[in-house]
Formats: sequence, C-alpha cells, structure tokens
Amino acid sequence: MTFRRYLVLAFVSISAPLGDTFLDVGMKRIGPVSLAHITTLFHAVMTPWIASGIVLLIGFFASYLTALSWADLTFVLPATSFGNVIVALLARFWRHEQISVSRWIGIFLITAAVGFVMRGPSYTEHEKPTPHTAEVC
Amino acid sequence: MIAQLHHSGFANAAMIASIVIAATVGDVMIASAMRQIGDLDDIKAESGLMGAIKTVVTNTRFFCGVTAMAVSFFALLFALSHADLSLVAPASASLTVVTNTLAGKVFLKENVDKRRWLAALCVCVGVALLAR
Repeated sequence: MTFRRYLVLAFVSISAPLGDTFLDVGMKRIGPVSLAHITTLFHAVMTPWIASGIVLLIGFFASYLTALSWADLTFVLPATSFGNVIVALLARFWRHEQISVSRWIGIFLITAAVGFVMRGPSYTEHEKPTPHTAEVC
Repeated sequence: MIAQLHHSGFANAAMIASIVIAATVGDVMIASAMRQIGDLDDIKAESGLMGAIKTVVTNTRFFCGVTAMAVSFFALLFALSHADLSLVAPASASLTVVTNTLAGKVFLKENVDKRRWLAALCVCVGVALLAR
C-alpha cells in the first residue's frame, strides 16, 4: 500500500458523506418539490450545492472503483463504512447536534474496524491459470 | 389484510432481504469486474483516462453489478414506503456488510481472516448503533 492508495481510500470515506450532505443542504434551500413542478429538479442540478454534491458522488464512485482494482472488497468495505462516522462527526461539530452514548460507541467500533483491516494485507493474490490449464478450460 | 401484511415481520424481513441480496450481488459483481480489469492506475498510464473509463463501462460484469445496485436502490425506496427508516436503513446497511464479507470469501476467494471477520462484525454493530 502506497501513500497515494491511502489517499484514494480516504477520498472514498470522505466524498460520499460530504456529497450527501451537499445534496441535503442544496435541497433544503430549494424546498419541497411537488409533482406539478418536477422540472425544478433539473434547475436544482445547476445550483452550486447540488452540482458540487453530484461531482463529489461521481468522485466517490470513481475512487471506489479504483480502490477495488487493487484491493479486496472486504478491505475497502470498512473504508466506505467510515463515511458514517464522518457524517456523525459533521453533525456534531458543524451542525452542533447532540450525539448519544450509543452513537459514540458506534463511531468507536467502526474506527476500530478500519484500524483492524488496515493492519492486514490489502489484496488476495490468486494463482494465474497456466497455459496448460487454460487450454483445458 | 394487505395493511397487516405490510406491517408484519415477514414482509419487513422480505423487503430488507431483497435490498441486502441485490446490494451484495452488485458489490460482488463490481469487485469481480475490477479484479478482472486489473489495476486502473496501470490502464490509465497506458491508455489515458478515456481508455480506463471505456475499459470499465464496457465490462459485462460491471454492467450487471451496476444493474443490481440499481435494483437494490429501488428495493430500498419500496421498503421505505412501507416500513420505518429507523428499521430499514440500519438493518440493510449492517446485514450488507456481513453478506459482502461472506460473498467476498465464497465467490471472490478473498483471504477473509479473523481480523477481517472481526472488522465486519464491528462495522455491522457500529452502523446499527449510529443509525439509532
């Protein structure tokens, strides 16, 4: 694992919750959208908060795919789950919401899970089929 | 009768199971596709960003995976129209972590050692606690 790959995993963790939060802020500013004015949603895409949220979510998917190209699914999963921790921390320190004891325990467990996995190998090497076995298949 | 069915434990379990199965199939198919394609950084270095994007989006497994993820999303929307968010979101998110770990071991032949199982269980319980 190189420093650059850790950065990709960090971006996987941060971009999804941040993108969701941006969409939330953008849609709250627009207000409820009724079926009669459904085209409002198309205009919403052009607003700075929604557009930034969409860019972040596209970035999340791209970095998630990149991570899966050199790491196991079971290695990347805790990193994606770490996004839940970031959402809770954003709620606590940005939006000044109260976090219950059970939520702090949840944050601790997910952080511990990321720590466990990061200490192990990131990728399971599989034996490539030899030309002989490939011919048999 | 229909209303009773909608609020029964069996109906909730079936809806949550649909979300979890579709999400797991999607994750495994996408992970399998990326394993088949290989390191994206190498592909980007050889054929550029557009070449890497083309390699990914033309992969059949990737397409199937994205389709399964879309099914999972609509199953989630359907479940939310019948059951409480406080039940559906944590249950589906937590169970998906466990089923993905199991599927990673069985279908992707990943080396899921005790450390990864422990991590999956911690994430499972942690997500459930965060969603409370």
